[in-house]
Amino acid sequence: MKRKYFATPYLAWMIVLIVAPMIIIAYYAFTGQADGAFTLDNIKAALDPIYMSVLWRSISLAVISTVICLVLGYPIAYILSRMKPSTAAILSMLFILPMWMNFLLRTYAWMTLLDTNGLINRLLGLVGIGPLRLMNTQGAVVVGMVYNYLPFMILPIYNILQKMPKANIEAAQDLGANSKQVFTRVVLPLSRPGVISGIIMVFVPCITTFAISRLLGGSQFMLYGDLIETQFLSVGQAYGGWNVGAALSCIMMVLVFICLGITNHFDKDSSGGTLI
Amino acid sequence: MKREHRFLKGLFIGIMLVFLYAPIIVMIVYSFNASRTMGNWGGFSTEWYGALFRDRDILAALEVTLSVAVISSIVATLLGTTAAIGIHSMKRRTRNVILTTTNLPVVNPDLVTGISLMFAFSILMVPQGYTRLLLAHITFNIPYVILSVMPKLRQTSDSLYEAALDLGAKPSYALRKVVLPQIAPGIVSGMILAFTLSVDDFVISFFCQQGAQNLSTYIYSLARRGINPKINALSAIMFVVVLALLLLVNVISSQNTEEAKAKRREKKRRRMAAAEA
Repeated sequence: MKRKYFATPYLAWMIVLIVAPMIIIAYYAFTGQADGAFTLDNIKAALDPIYMSVLWRSISLAVISTVICLVLGYPIAYILSRMKPSTAAILSMLFILPMWMNFLLRTYAWMTLLDTNGLINRLLGLVGIGPLRLMNTQGAVVVGMVYNYLPFMILPIYNILQKMPKANIEAAQDLGANSKQVFTRVVLPLSRPGVISGIIMVFVPCITTFAISRLLGGSQFMLYGDLIETQFLSVGQAYGGWNVGAALSCIMMVLVFICLGITNHFDKDSSGGTLI
Repeated sequence: MKREHRFLKGLFIGIMLVFLYAPIIVMIVYSFNASRTMGNWGGFSTEWYGALFRDRDILAALEVTLSVAVISSIVATLLGTTAAIGIHSMKRRTRNVILTTTNLPVVNPDLVTGISLMFAFSILMVPQGYTRLLLAHITFNIPYVILSVMPKLRQTSDSLYEAALDLGAKPSYALRKVVLPQIAPGIVSGMILAFTLSVDDFVISFFCQQGAQNLSTYIYSLARRGINPKINALSAIMFVVVLALLLLVNVISSQNTEEAKAKRREKKRRRMAAAEA
């Protein structure tokens, strides 16, 4: 038996449960609910200004969260990469450890902190502030996103900074660069692939999430993920929810693949971050 | 100046660790709170742990999560490893097409994967509940196994396998004795990754959940109704279990490297003794 036939069971699986489902999504996106005939109505419905405003809100919250993750994550990765290897190993482990907690439990933890009777409001109360309304705000959603996805930013940047030969920095110093120049002209450009994969690894889940916004933002901050989820599970098949939902999913997929295309363009040789 | 810098760096790292751990620690502390509201401390109590273990729904969800994680990671490892061996021996072009398709569930948003599977299951008339959940988890786990086995296959040289054949080994024997041991680390890490991804998954499970709740979807349904002290107790237990598992894995792997180092040292000593004699 030839070795390539080893892949046969998987190939069958792949065609039925990876390839076919994607085609089905496209099929639903481009056909009418009633007659199954080809139509662009779903795409038109998905491009409705109300839905576009949701998309715009999702993108802006995702951009804010990604920028905060970058501003916090880069210095963390940089400081860790300059430490003694043994200390850095322990600290980087500590920064990744929360990722092993269930994603919903991590989000739920912030529900308890931000609650009107929660710990943060109690502490603010001690200094005479509040109680503030912290839950069900856009701020709460951003905090949830940053909290959940910060390690995705730290990890790829840390990996690349750690591999960077010290000789590069020493050479720059020998040639008379001060510490600011070393950073902006040597360290930062060399760490660009890590930064880009970090940005993608934070931005993509932020833009597609629906649980974080539902739990921390209440129902008033609908994000694109929520919108798709509602189309499928609340509007339902009978009212064309599956068709519009499929069209919305296609738009989201296009967005994500554009993001990935940008990464591939910048980052040809790295294989991307793994999580272990 | 220098010392100030170091202090500031340490302070920043400390604040970020507090940001990451404070929510978890607060949850663990409040899981022992007798009062139901989060802000009030009503005295120490293990009442919520008792309530947790009496809650049949949570226990059932835990069982679903664990059995799906175990079965899906084993099946995905079997299918993924054989697939990787097969794909590795294919022509470059076919290989690239298959690997790109395999990458789809990895790069696609979970939301889209979940929806696409929901469509497929309803068209194929897969019964709702546990079967759907299991099939979905196997599907999104296989690519991660393939992705962790493929690099190991690329590192092994084909000439070792061919040498075994030349020495009279049957292909199946050579595969077992030559190829498998070399890619074993990739298989194991793929399986661990698959297991943890399965336990952690929420979005894909959410679209296949009708009739079979796992822990993630059950927590979501509880959390949507507001704060529930039982979830605090559950988080505390899960955090401790995860911490213990990670420590165990680290201790074992560091022991292995220690042993390897000791062996290497021993070998060196013997070689030197032999050279002297």
